[in-house]
Amino acid sequence: MAHSTRPDTGKVKRRAGVFDIRTFIAALIGLYGLVLVILGLVGPSEEQLQKSNGLDINLWAGLGMLIAAALFQGWAMWRPVVVPKDTTTPSESDDR
Amino acid sequence: MIPAAAETTLRLDANWVDYLLVALYFAFVLGIGIAAKRSVSSSIDFFLSGRSLPAWVTGLAFISANLGAVEIIGMSANGANYGIPTVHYFWIGAVPAMLFLGVVMMPFYYGSKVRSVPEFMRRRFGTGAHLVNALSFAVAQLLIAGINLYLLASIVEILLGWPLWVSLLLAAAVVLTYTALGGLSAAIYNEVLQFFVIVAALLPLTIVGLYKVGGWDGLTDRITATTGGSEQLSSWPGTALTGIDSPVLSVIGLVFGLGFVLSFGYWTTNFVEVQRAMASSSISAAQRAPIIGAFPKMFIPFIVILPGMIAGVLITEIAEPKAAGGEPDYNNALLYMIRDLLPNGMLGVAIAGLLASFMAGMAANISAFNTVFSYDLWQTYVRKDKPDDYYTSVGRIATVGATLTAIGTATFAASYSNIMDYLQTLFGFFNAPLFATFILGMFWKRMTPTAGWMGLVSGTLAAVFVGILSEDALGGLSTGVLPLSGQGASFVAAGAAFVVDILVSVAVSVMTKPKAESELKGLVYSLTPKSDFHDENEGALPWFQQPTKLAGIGLVIVIVLNILFW
Repeated sequence: MAHSTRPDTGKVKRRAGVFDIRTFIAALIGLYGLVLVILGLVGPSEEQLQKSNGLDINLWAGLGMLIAAALFQGWAMWRPVVVPKDTTTPSESDDR
Repeated sequence: MIPAAAETTLRLDANWVDYLLVALYFAFVLGIGIAAKRSVSSSIDFFLSGRSLPAWVTGLAFISANLGAVEIIGMSANGANYGIPTVHYFWIGAVPAMLFLGVVMMPFYYGSKVRSVPEFMRRRFGTGAHLVNALSFAVAQLLIAGINLYLLASIVEILLGWPLWVSLLLAAAVVLTYTALGGLSAAIYNEVLQFFVIVAALLPLTIVGLYKVGGWDGLTDRITATTGGSEQLSSWPGTALTGIDSPVLSVIGLVFGLGFVLSFGYWTTNFVEVQRAMASSSISAAQRAPIIGAFPKMFIPFIVILPGMIAGVLITEIAEPKAAGGEPDYNNALLYMIRDLLPNGMLGVAIAGLLASFMAGMAANISAFNTVFSYDLWQTYVRKDKPDDYYTSVGRIATVGATLTAIGTATFAASYSNIMDYLQTLFGFFNAPLFATFILGMFWKRMTPTAGWMGLVSGTLAAVFVGILSEDALGGLSTGVLPLSGQGASFVAAGAAFVVDILVSVAVSVMTKPKAESELKGLVYSLTPKSDFHDENEGALPWFQQPTKLAGIGLVIVIVLNILFW
C-alpha cells in the first residue's frame, strides 16, 4: 500500500463525484411509489382486490416506497458527495 | 427449465401501467450507463471503477451481483420444495464466507494491488495456475451469463408472450449498452439500483402472501398439516435438501460441503463478487464491502425463500401435486405467486424486479469476464506493452464478444432440468479447489508454483470424478456407483476437490522448489508487514466502520437467526 505499482492508478480528478446513485434510487423508487399510491387510491377493481383477500397492496407498497425514496433523498442531501478540488484525493490510504 | 404446458396458464394480465413501470426502469438503467460513462478516463476507471466507490455501494453491488435469476428463481423453488432448510444457503453458506472474505482475505487482494483474482494467482504461483484459473473463470462466466439471459428470455416469453428471440436480443442490447459505456461503474451502480427494485418487488409480494395465508402461524399450520411438513419447518438436519439419508452425514455435508468448501470457495475467490469489493476507495472500505453486504444478505431468505414456502401451500399448481407426493415444477413457484397475488401496478414492479435480477446477474458476469479477458489473458499473454487506452478498448470489444457468446450459449442452459443443481455442479468444479489453493498459498510460504497448478487441476478432476460416480450430477455421464444425487452430490464433489487439492499441493510442494521469499511480500501472510494489511488509521475510524467489529456483529446476528429457525 505504500506506493502504487502501476502508473495508471495515479491520482486523477474523480469526475465520478458529481454522480450520486442515491438521487437515482430516490427518483425511481419515488416515481414507483407515486404511481402505486394513485392506483391504490383510485381503487382497484373487486376482482383485483380479491387476489390479495382485500388488502390494497398498491397503496401500502406505494406509501412504503415514497418513504424509502424520501429517506434516500434526505441522506443524499445530508451527506452530499464531495468532488475533490485538486488531484490528491483525501482518502484514508493515500495521505501519507 | 419451464415446460411448454405452463406457458398459457402463467400469462400475466399486464396493462399499460405495468409496462410504463417497466419502461421507467429501463430508462433509469440506461441513464446510469450514460452518467457513468463520463467518469471513465483510464482502464482502471473502466475495469475497477477507479477504486473510488464507497463501501455501502460496493457492498450492495456485492450481493446484487449474485442476486440473479438463479438465486431468485432457484431459492424460491428450493423454499417451495424443502422449506426452511433452504436458509442454509444463506446462514451457513453465504454470510460466514462473506465475513471471512472481509476480515481475512480482502487485505491480500486489495493490499497487493492486483486487478483481478487470477492476477493474484499469477503473482503467487506464476503462469500455470494463472492460466488454469483465468481460462476456467472466463469460460464459466460466459456460460452463466448465457443461463441468466436464457432464463430472462424464457420467463418474459411465458409472462408477457413476447417471442424468445425478441427479449433475448433486447436484454442483451441493454446490458451491452451500459456495460460497454460505463464499464464496472455502470454495472455496479445499476446493481445497487437493481437491489432496491428487487426488494420493492419481493417485499410486498411476501407481505400479501403472508396476509393471505394467515400470517406466520397460518403458514406453519398449513405446512405442518401436509405430509412430512414438520421437517420443512426446522433447518436441521436438512436430509431432504442434501439427499443424504443419515442425519449426521447430512449435517456434515451441510457444514463442510456447503458451508466451508462451496460457499467459502464461491464467495472468497469468485472474481464476480471480489471485483465489486476491489472497486472500493480504501483497504478498510474494501474489507467492509462484503461485511456490509452480509447484513442484507441475512434477510434475503425472508423475501425469497418465504414466498416459495407460501407458494407451496397456497398455489394450487404447486400445493396439490406437492401434497400428493408428486413433482410440481417448483421453479415456477415465484411466478405463480406474482400471477395470483399482485394487482396491476405492483405487477409492473414485480416484472421490473425480475428483469432487474436477471440483468444484474448477466451484467456482473460480463463485467468480470471483460476484466479477466483484458488484463489476465490479452495483456498478459497476447499484447503486453500497449498504452492504457488500448486495454480499455479491448475491454469494450470483449464486452461485445461476451454478450454475443452469451446469446449463443443461452440455449445451453435449456438441457438442464434443475438450475440450482447445474450451477452447484459448476461451483464444485471450479471453485472448491480454488479456495483450497488460495488459503494454502496465503498462509504457507513453502507452497510452490508447481503445486499451485497441480493442486487446482487435481482438485477439479476429483470433483468431476465424484460427479461421474454420482447418480445424476452430470446428467447422462453419471454412472450411479455412489448413492448421491441432487445437492448432496455437489457437496461431496466439492469436499473431495478440497481435500484432494490440499493433499496434492502439500505433496508436490515438498518435492519442488518454492519461490524466493522476496517475491511473496503482500501475497503470503507471514512475509507481509502487518501495516500493509490494515488501514493505519483504522483505530481512528468510528466503530461501525471498523471491519472486524462490524463482522463480529454480523456473526452474532447470523448465529441468532440460525438458532431461531433451528
